[in-house]
Amino acid sequence: MTLHAIAPASTAEPAQATPMVRFNDVHKSFGIVEVLKGISFAVGRGEVVCLIGRSGSGKSTALRCINGLERITTGSIDVCGHAVTPDGKADLHAVRKRVGIVFQSYNLFPHLTVEQNITLAPRRVKKTAPTEARALAADVLAKVGLSDKIASYPEQLSGGQQQRVAIARALAMQPEVMLFDEVTSALDPELTGEVLKVMEDLARGGMTMVLVTHEMAFASRVADKIIFMHKGRVHETGPRDLLSRPETPELRQFVGTGL
Amino acid sequence: MTLSLANIVYLLQGTLWTVALALLGFAGGGALGLAVALMRVSRFAVLRLAAGTWIQVVQGIPLPVLIFLSYFGLGVTGFDVPALIAVALSIAINSSAFLGDTWRGCIQAVAKTQWEAADSLALNGLQRMVDVVLPQALRLAIPSTIGFSVQIIKNTSYAVVIGFIELTQSGKIINNALYEPFLIFSIVGLIYFMLCSPLSNASRRLEARLRARGA
Amino acid sequence: MNYQFDFSFLWDPDNAYWRDILHGTWLTVQLTVLAIVLGFALGAACAIGSTSRIPSLRRAIAVYVEIIRNTPLLVQVFWLFFGLASLGFKFSAFSAAVLALTINIAAYTSEIIRSGIESVRKGQIEAAESLGLSRMQLLFDVVLPPAIERVLPSLAGQFVLMMLATSIMAQISTEELMAAASRIQSETFRGFEIYIVVAVVYLALAMALRLSFAFLAWAAFPRRRRLGTPV
Repeated sequence: MTLHAIAPASTAEPAQATPMVRFNDVHKSFGIVEVLKGISFAVGRGEVVCLIGRSGSGKSTALRCINGLERITTGSIDVCGHAVTPDGKADLHAVRKRVGIVFQSYNLFPHLTVEQNITLAPRRVKKTAPTEARALAADVLAKVGLSDKIASYPEQLSGGQQQRVAIARALAMQPEVMLFDEVTSALDPELTGEVLKVMEDLARGGMTMVLVTHEMAFASRVADKIIFMHKGRVHETGPRDLLSRPETPELRQFVGTGL
Repeated sequence: MTLSLANIVYLLQGTLWTVALALLGFAGGGALGLAVALMRVSRFAVLRLAAGTWIQVVQGIPLPVLIFLSYFGLGVTGFDVPALIAVALSIAINSSAFLGDTWRGCIQAVAKTQWEAADSLALNGLQRMVDVVLPQALRLAIPSTIGFSVQIIKNTSYAVVIGFIELTQSGKIINNALYEPFLIFSIVGLIYFMLCSPLSNASRRLEARLRARGA
Repeated sequence: MNYQFDFSFLWDPDNAYWRDILHGTWLTVQLTVLAIVLGFALGAACAIGSTSRIPSLRRAIAVYVEIIRNTPLLVQVFWLFFGLASLGFKFSAFSAAVLALTINIAAYTSEIIRSGIESVRKGQIEAAESLGLSRMQLLFDVVLPPAIERVLPSLAGQFVLMMLATSIMAQISTEELMAAASRIQSETFRGFEIYIVVAVVYLALAMALRLSFAFLAWAAFPRRRRLGTPV
């Protein structure tokens, strides 16, 4: 396992000893359709893990199980010291305070300004004081390069800008893990670059990240680990050069067809 | 004292008058409403303005006031106006504003390409409206029109204000004699519910079907 | 037909009827405002309840809404006013009117707000949940503001209809505008004139109410104020 960078917040414990996210034989069914057929993998502190695969391979579902948007059927997921279990009794609230997620469709709150979108959760969930929350908003917006849009409403922004605000909104909760669910898929090609750059900066800064992505060039450049999912299983795993030397015919075919 | 068979018969007679009023109101309101809707989408600004004003004014006047206005207003012509006429006329006027406004929306909701296609076939304005637009608008209008018919049935209860003996008034009269308000007005309410509920449900079902078809 | 309109009774020196009209109008306004405030609160609560996870609560609200929407307000008023009186409850006509209007308008309000809640996309809720917001915070910060902004025109329309419907409260001797009109009519026999005056007053009230809601939308929804677009 590559130790790419150590998050500033991490203390003496070695990264390998405490994975930030660990899937333990996770199954997930929608009705009679089994989407995840027992997957296991771990994400170390500061690691960037890319989940790739065809649509329907279960990669988005796996990601959404991490913060409980989908409830797993059997198995368990350890997330930042909390166990996500099938009974749904896991302390989802604690998990969600530590895990940020960015969606394909941005999901910014349309009735709130950029600043209000960002400060809402810190103020409501962490009871951060308003002035402090505003300072925090300015800080994360600077990180995604949108300081001048602080007073705008989402509909006034381009898709790429909205997605960067969504990243800033997640960062404002100072998460230990960030999840990205095909965050560039809804964007025009010319807008994906600005979003990928923000994500790359985050990765270089030591953020633990799990991504579902179709951006193979990005994965090959930034990922510490690439997980190829196929028919609900982890089919092949490897470091960032995995795509240049695929071993299974399925991955070879997937790489060959581009997507 | 308890409710006698005669009381029940009296309530059912009232129900018949309620239904009659609703039918008269719907017929009158529908005819007038269609005129209002067509004027509202007319080429002539004067007609559009007149229909718009009619909608705004009528929708701002309570039905009981319209009933009194009809009653006294027709009275000044020297006729002795039957309450039935005053109430039916008022409901028709009131309904024309609401139906006219709804139907205007349905006419305008017919895709612009349909209007253009009709023009391209060299249909004249009347042919375009009657042969192309209205049939499609009708399909859109059915759910909300049935929904409004529920409103018309409920509105007939306002005939009470000039003492016309429909369902609510007959309930009131029986209650004055028996003083069993919960029982009597529950029965009256139940009869209204049986008249209105099937229409409400039909309207909702058709609405859902229309939405599902993506119209 | 040579009818002579005569509005002089309004400023009759012995009996200035315009004061009665003003007083009736004031009561109509009070009835309307009280019923809107209370009905909105109850209706919003029912709308929230109808999205609850408790099936019996959802069913109870659905039954209430169906009963109210499929029976005339006047019957509801008689049922409450005469019914409660027969049980020995002493209600002023005014309180009974407010109560009946509140129960009535809340059912319509509930349906309208529920449709607004259902228009909020699932992704919005997922985003709020993922940020750790509680169910209540999600409801009040993320779901209700855009939901209510979206349905405000329908709500305003419904409230105008309710204001007009206060005119039947004269039937239980609430001293509002219609009651005043009826008394003036019986004293002056100027039925046509008095109801023309009353119609104009209601028309003005309806316009004032629509304007108030437009102002409220402007004041309550800063996004709309700045962008002027639907949320």
